[in-house]
Amino acid sequence: MKITYDWLKDHLKISAKEDKLLEKLTDIGLEVESIENLYEGLDLFRVAKIIKTEKHPNADRLKVCDVDVGNNEIKKVVCGAENAREGLLTVYAPPGAIIPKNKTKLVVAKIRDVTSYGMLCSESELNLSDESDGITELSSSKYAKNIGKSYFSKPSSNLIDLSITPNRPDCLGVRGIARDLSAAGFGNLKPEKDKKIKSNKKQTLKIKITKEKNQGCLSFGSCLITNVKNTESPQWLKDKLISIGQKPISAIVDITNYVMIDINRPLHAYDADKIDKGIIVRNSKSGEEFTALDNKNYKLDDGMCVISDNKGVLGLGGIIGGTRSGTKLDTKNVLLESAYFDPRSIRKTAKKLNIDTDAKFRFERGIDQLSIEVGLNKAAFLIKEICGGEISKIDIQKIESYKNKVIKFEPKMFEKITGFKISTKEMINILEKLGFELKKEKKFFKLSVPSWRPDIVQEIDIVEELVRISGYEKIKTENPIKERSKNTLNPTQKLFHFLQRAVASKGYLEAITWSFTDAKYNDHFKENNKEIKIVNPISSELGVLRNSIFSNLVMYMSKNLDRGIKDLSIFEIGPIFYGSQPGAQNTVVCGLSAGKKSRLSWIEKDRNIDVFDIKRDVIQTLVEAGYDSEKFYIDDESPNYYHPGKSGRIFLNKGKDKVAAYFGEIHPNIIKTLDIKSESLVGFEIFLDNLKLPKKPLKDQKTQYSVSDFQKSERDFAFIVDKKIKVQDLISVISNIDKNLISNIKVFDVYEGENIPDNQKSIAISVTIQSFEKTLTDNDLEKINNLIIETVENKTGAKIRS
Amino acid sequence: MSEIKNIRDQFISKLENDLSIDQINEIKTDLFGKNGLISSKFKTIGSIPDTDRKKFASDLNQVKDELQNLITSKINEIEGNKINEKLEKEKVDITLPERPFLIGKVHPVSQTIDEISSIFSEIGFSVEEGPDIENEYNNFTALNTPDNHPARDMHDTFYLDENKEVLLRTHTSPVQIRTMLKDKPPFKIIAPGRTYRSDSDQTHAPMFHQVEGLHIDTNINMGHLKGCLNYFIKEFFEVEKIKMRFRPSHFPFTEPSAEVDIGYEIKDGKIIIGEGDKWLEILGCGMVHPNVLRNVKVDPSKYQGYAFGIGIDRLAMLKYGINDLRAFFDCDYRWLNHFGFDPLDVPSNYRGLSR
Repeated sequence: MKITYDWLKDHLKISAKEDKLLEKLTDIGLEVESIENLYEGLDLFRVAKIIKTEKHPNADRLKVCDVDVGNNEIKKVVCGAENAREGLLTVYAPPGAIIPKNKTKLVVAKIRDVTSYGMLCSESELNLSDESDGITELSSSKYAKNIGKSYFSKPSSNLIDLSITPNRPDCLGVRGIARDLSAAGFGNLKPEKDKKIKSNKKQTLKIKITKEKNQGCLSFGSCLITNVKNTESPQWLKDKLISIGQKPISAIVDITNYVMIDINRPLHAYDADKIDKGIIVRNSKSGEEFTALDNKNYKLDDGMCVISDNKGVLGLGGIIGGTRSGTKLDTKNVLLESAYFDPRSIRKTAKKLNIDTDAKFRFERGIDQLSIEVGLNKAAFLIKEICGGEISKIDIQKIESYKNKVIKFEPKMFEKITGFKISTKEMINILEKLGFELKKEKKFFKLSVPSWRPDIVQEIDIVEELVRISGYEKIKTENPIKERSKNTLNPTQKLFHFLQRAVASKGYLEAITWSFTDAKYNDHFKENNKEIKIVNPISSELGVLRNSIFSNLVMYMSKNLDRGIKDLSIFEIGPIFYGSQPGAQNTVVCGLSAGKKSRLSWIEKDRNIDVFDIKRDVIQTLVEAGYDSEKFYIDDESPNYYHPGKSGRIFLNKGKDKVAAYFGEIHPNIIKTLDIKSESLVGFEIFLDNLKLPKKPLKDQKTQYSVSDFQKSERDFAFIVDKKIKVQDLISVISNIDKNLISNIKVFDVYEGENIPDNQKSIAISVTIQSFEKTLTDNDLEKINNLIIETVENKTGAKIRS
Repeated sequence: MSEIKNIRDQFISKLENDLSIDQINEIKTDLFGKNGLISSKFKTIGSIPDTDRKKFASDLNQVKDELQNLITSKINEIEGNKINEKLEKEKVDITLPERPFLIGKVHPVSQTIDEISSIFSEIGFSVEEGPDIENEYNNFTALNTPDNHPARDMHDTFYLDENKEVLLRTHTSPVQIRTMLKDKPPFKIIAPGRTYRSDSDQTHAPMFHQVEGLHIDTNINMGHLKGCLNYFIKEFFEVEKIKMRFRPSHFPFTEPSAEVDIGYEIKDGKIIIGEGDKWLEILGCGMVHPNVLRNVKVDPSKYQGYAFGIGIDRLAMLKYGINDLRAFFDCDYRWLNHFGFDPLDVPSNYRGLSR
């Protein structure tokens, strides 16, 4: 909402400085977004006179003009306007001036080899009107003495742009703002000097609001003004509109705009001669069409509130008028409409047709239902004053009467909500100034809500008015009590934070990427999941919710590789989605590692990052998070986006309940398709929701401390086994032989090739044997030694290598 | 006696030579081995006449100790020399680089969330969460924003179905609804998380982070709201004094509503929080609207309280001097490395938020 202090003063008796006003506006919830000095730079535009015109030597349509710009200065200006002629008084813009319409800065320029020093401006270029045919023509009687002087007169007031919250339609009018200010003690609201139309003439156009379901128009007031002469607006009216950045058009249009801005009462002016017989306000039928004042053709659905005549749709009620019945300069008879439309209906229609107009903006927030007559009076008198003519009686049709809202307000509620006190006297003062009618009862105020405040419906709304106007600075600061009755984080949240930092501590940079992604990338990682489309995505590259974090991470990894970094680990912890219902999401820690270890190292040989690097990161993270690695069970089933031979999945227990994590090399096909430039790309996914949470409190998490000081001995074995035998199984067989004696098992060599039969491999294992009870004798050791060999050979078909 | 002395003299002179470890060990065996000279003498103690036995044993022990000590010191000397010799050869250029290491980083938004949680933990808030996909009811209707409400226009919503019933939450406020429907009052929670609006330019990202706060009890008023936010902002920006301004505003789900500005100034191109006469809007808040309480079956005549919503990314930008919101989600390793935090740098109450 744009206003000026000068305009406010039409409604407010006040002498305070502008900066005080700005402060006050913000303090009462009418936030000042910006202030602008519209005059800035406009002093450069001068009244000038064309002395001579010549045809441009190289262009038929251009003229070279000698222009008297005052102070005995003559400038050469190239101009294309047909009306540029000797003796014409017009507006000259020198180099350096900024053209208001397109904000371009003028420079001395050669136009087809002739140098032009500045420009002669059209009204449109000066934002004075839509007139763009030819340059501005100034009347010589008025401007002859002004040559060389500034064309624009300096306004005394800055343009103030307020951000009005959607609950305050009343403040979309200057008077509403003035009223709020006066309630807050900033000036006194001037009484409205309303003249009422006294006319014997009947409004002869018949108006009818059809009674049908969901009728969007509740009342329709009108007034016919006959024999007018539409004209340019008088200077005061033009200045008013220009002062808030609007463009004057014609008196009738300007007057309706003025009334709308002044008291937030939208009006519509019809050329009454173009209305066929009378007006019918009704619901549209599917397929009806009309051309609106924005020169677009709209095709309507069923049930939109239209203003129509016998021939069809004239306009969309409260949203936009049509070209067929619009007023022009030659309009003789004007029908003024002042109606009330239901906000819900307005919003529905405007949304569907995607129309945003000033009227729509106001009606969807709620217009004062009792302002119908006030608006008609105000506008009709102005039209008569400026354009002449005769005013008819006001005609009001309605299908529903306005019902006054009454709220019972208990004054003590104010302190209960705000924590501070104000006197009932002050309350009464504020509420009355805001327009409430107030009756004091025993414990209550009985408040009649002003018709311009659709936002006020219950007690709490009254509290808001009172605290807003009293000032939020009066609210005391109650310091918080440092007391905790509940854990800050639940176990899942703790695990989230733990995993986040555990993975980061392994050299991974944490990324946060969009929850949505490019379907092209997502396709590689979605497996059997449903693609979840966003109906209105910001772009097709962000069109689906991610089924896997890899969809984003792989893309960003690739971008980073393209930036020239070769060895990089990144991860993200966040949601992935498997459906489009609330809750159809899982939390995943997803990491990606590319490149080599020890690249360009003087001390170590470099090698590609591999699946066992990433496996270490996953296992270590899980162990750090408190899970027992001895219970982990790993197999080689993994999603298709991993390398089928170099990937796996981890279960926390052999029971195979839910997959705790996947890890492995990314499938070479994906690397090729997505053109990822790295020697190696490995990744992992840990599924937070599949990790069982530790149930024990910290004090019970540590088991009893027991260690053995008896001598331990290490025995090495080399078994030749079938290639299909998994080391995990071999280890499990050995550790199950005697859990009391076998304390550690290490694989120190895996070998295939020469001296080993095809389809077989040699696995070398070191077993640590230690008793909690005694030092083992040679005999004891020999026994367990043989037992290991025997059991492994029996259970796995292995042969000990001699 | 003389025999013992002879052995002594003979071996002392032997040991005076330049000997290798092996040679010394040989000597050791000659003297103290199973059939060594000294060992043999000990075996004869029994056959020495009573009168001489004591002196013999004493002499023998004395010689034994003397020779043993000499051998030990001789060995130590040789080994010492050996180490010194080795040290001479073992000089490396210690300025050569160490073995490579990688330092991971935690994203500044994650760090900020942890800071926020840590601050609110101290004054008794616990953390709640809600899903990213929400239904229209929780995101709007239950929050007193019916479908014809113009405030919905301020939330450019991503929808997942044509009927506009499922959407990506536009704010963290639906967590209020979920929490209050699930439990009984009092409530004292914060809810950080991802939020979405179809808005994308230099200062808006289609995804961003918010933290919701909710405190409902029998007697919580606007003074408590002011106190809580004042405390939070001071702690978060780690400044002693903060200039804070409560300004009336409007949100459908709170009444009265406020926006909070903090004072700042720009010094050498950097934002200094808490000083200066410029105002910066950082959050929205208010008293939970009675309609919202009714929607979640909390009796507004018994319970009341406040709620607030803060943009986390914005807070992180202010605190850590980050200019570009879009960069948060661009995943450029140089940016992540520069603005990220060491994983060991966990914000905590006892240690303070920053290192």
